[in-house]
Amino acid sequence: MNAALTILRRELASYFATPVAYIFIIIFLMLSGVFTFYLGQFYERAQADLSSFFNFIPWLYLVLVPAVAMRLWSEERRSGTIELLMTLPLGTFQVVLGKFLAAWLFIGLALLLTFPMWLTVNYLGEPDNGVIFAGYLGAWFMSGGFLAIGSCLSACTKNQIVAFILTLVVCFVLVVSGFPIVQDVFSSWAPLWLVDGLANLSFLTHFDAISRGVIDLRDVIYFSAMIAAFLYATALVVDMKKAD
Amino acid sequence: MIKVSNLRKSFNDFVAVDGVSFEVKPGEVLGFLGPNGAGKSTTMKMLTGFLAPSSGEVSVMGHDVTTKTLEAQKVIGYLPEGAPSYADMTVMASLEFIGHARGFKGRDLKQRIDNVVDRVQLASVLGKRIENLSKGFRRRLGLAQALLHDPQILILDEPTDGLDPNQKHQVRELIRNLAEDKIVIVSTHILEEVSAVCSRAMILAQGRILFDGTPEELAAKSDFHNAVSVRLAQLDPAVTEKIRALDCVSEVRSEGEDALMIFPKDGASILADVNQVLHTCGVQVEELHVEVGRLDDVFRKLTIGNQEVAA
Repeated sequence: MNAALTILRRELASYFATPVAYIFIIIFLMLSGVFTFYLGQFYERAQADLSSFFNFIPWLYLVLVPAVAMRLWSEERRSGTIELLMTLPLGTFQVVLGKFLAAWLFIGLALLLTFPMWLTVNYLGEPDNGVIFAGYLGAWFMSGGFLAIGSCLSACTKNQIVAFILTLVVCFVLVVSGFPIVQDVFSSWAPLWLVDGLANLSFLTHFDAISRGVIDLRDVIYFSAMIAAFLYATALVVDMKKAD
Repeated sequence: MIKVSNLRKSFNDFVAVDGVSFEVKPGEVLGFLGPNGAGKSTTMKMLTGFLAPSSGEVSVMGHDVTTKTLEAQKVIGYLPEGAPSYADMTVMASLEFIGHARGFKGRDLKQRIDNVVDRVQLASVLGKRIENLSKGFRRRLGLAQALLHDPQILILDEPTDGLDPNQKHQVRELIRNLAEDKIVIVSTHILEEVSAVCSRAMILAQGRILFDGTPEELAAKSDFHNAVSVRLAQLDPAVTEKIRALDCVSEVRSEGEDALMIFPKDGASILADVNQVLHTCGVQVEELHVEVGRLDDVFRKLTIGNQEVAA
């Protein structure tokens, strides 16, 4: 675990050593504000909750999380630092985990910085703070899922742009697979188990479940399993492709 | 102790390292020589556990690199080719990171950093970001991170590449001054470096070992080994003929107007005989010396000859 912590510290420091972190946080906060207040019609709905924020966050994450994930491994491979990193006496999975946790904490920090929205809604009315807490937790777990996928795809290529686009596409598919439109396409001919399976694979299905305030073990397991599986895959890909 | 047996690495159809075996004992400074693409870096990558061999075995201080990778990596200090480092970190932060990764902390870590910074003279740039450093400083930082844990084995891939002559000298001094019970492997393009720092030289080409011996033995393979170079005040063709007529001389080449390069047969010592001829002819000698052998000449002979055979 020490190794993962060492990597985590280095990675976090490097986010804030460059403008990347600040730009990401500012853009994330601006966009989430625009989505919530304008597109989400926060005031017009006149309801004391943050559902207009949580409805948009999967789409926001769809673009922004791949942007964080793309540099995780591509950059190491392009600049050759992967050779320095992987000849230190650190286990591959520990390094993968450390890098992932740093990015996840960083995204979590950006998410926490949306707290003025929570203050606003508490000032204006009496929301169910339990539901809001669940929404935040769900959003953070979902970002972890996106990030693990991005980590794996970033290890596949030296090119950050390629990593970004691949991650975006895969995450998009995983988000929309739970959509009614997609579901309709399959429900007319596919067996029920397949339709259900697809819906269950969707980030959105599980995120919606949590953000309604029900922290179901199945949803937590879904995201945790997703993260674990893709991190394991990342370690395999890193070991396979590090020297290419 | 490093033991390499029958090491092979192929990338698809391309064989980078083709059945290499050797042993290195503590106290040896081994120089890897070879043209670009000879398999030097690939071999080093396999020694450090970065690259898994296609077949064959590498053991480092008794640890099999493929199965006990972390144990092996603990005893190795490695400077990868091009000395990669995290551009957005400062020199100090970067050394601290390496120290933490190697399990040091607190006062011990600080002492180690101080020590290594002193040895490679990085003190003036400790607070600078690596992206703003010159190539020479980056290379020295790479050396510092490899030396930080005072490793038993030091593997340096082109440690003096991109350094100016003073810095090169410094790095060579550093390698020479390493404790006597260490193993050092350096790869280089610069042939003088081998005679300057190495106790053993190995020439690789196309993934095979073409030569393995001391730098002196390597020089002895040169056509120029024991050749005598003379410069006379005035060159008389009769003198040239007399020297050529000597039994021990295989060839006499004139180099410019009044200089000769005299090659011996089978690398024999011919100075005495040549000297006698010069003496009896009564010519005035301005310069006379015996060549040890030219490494670049041997290098070309070995590596190009091999390519022709392979082709």
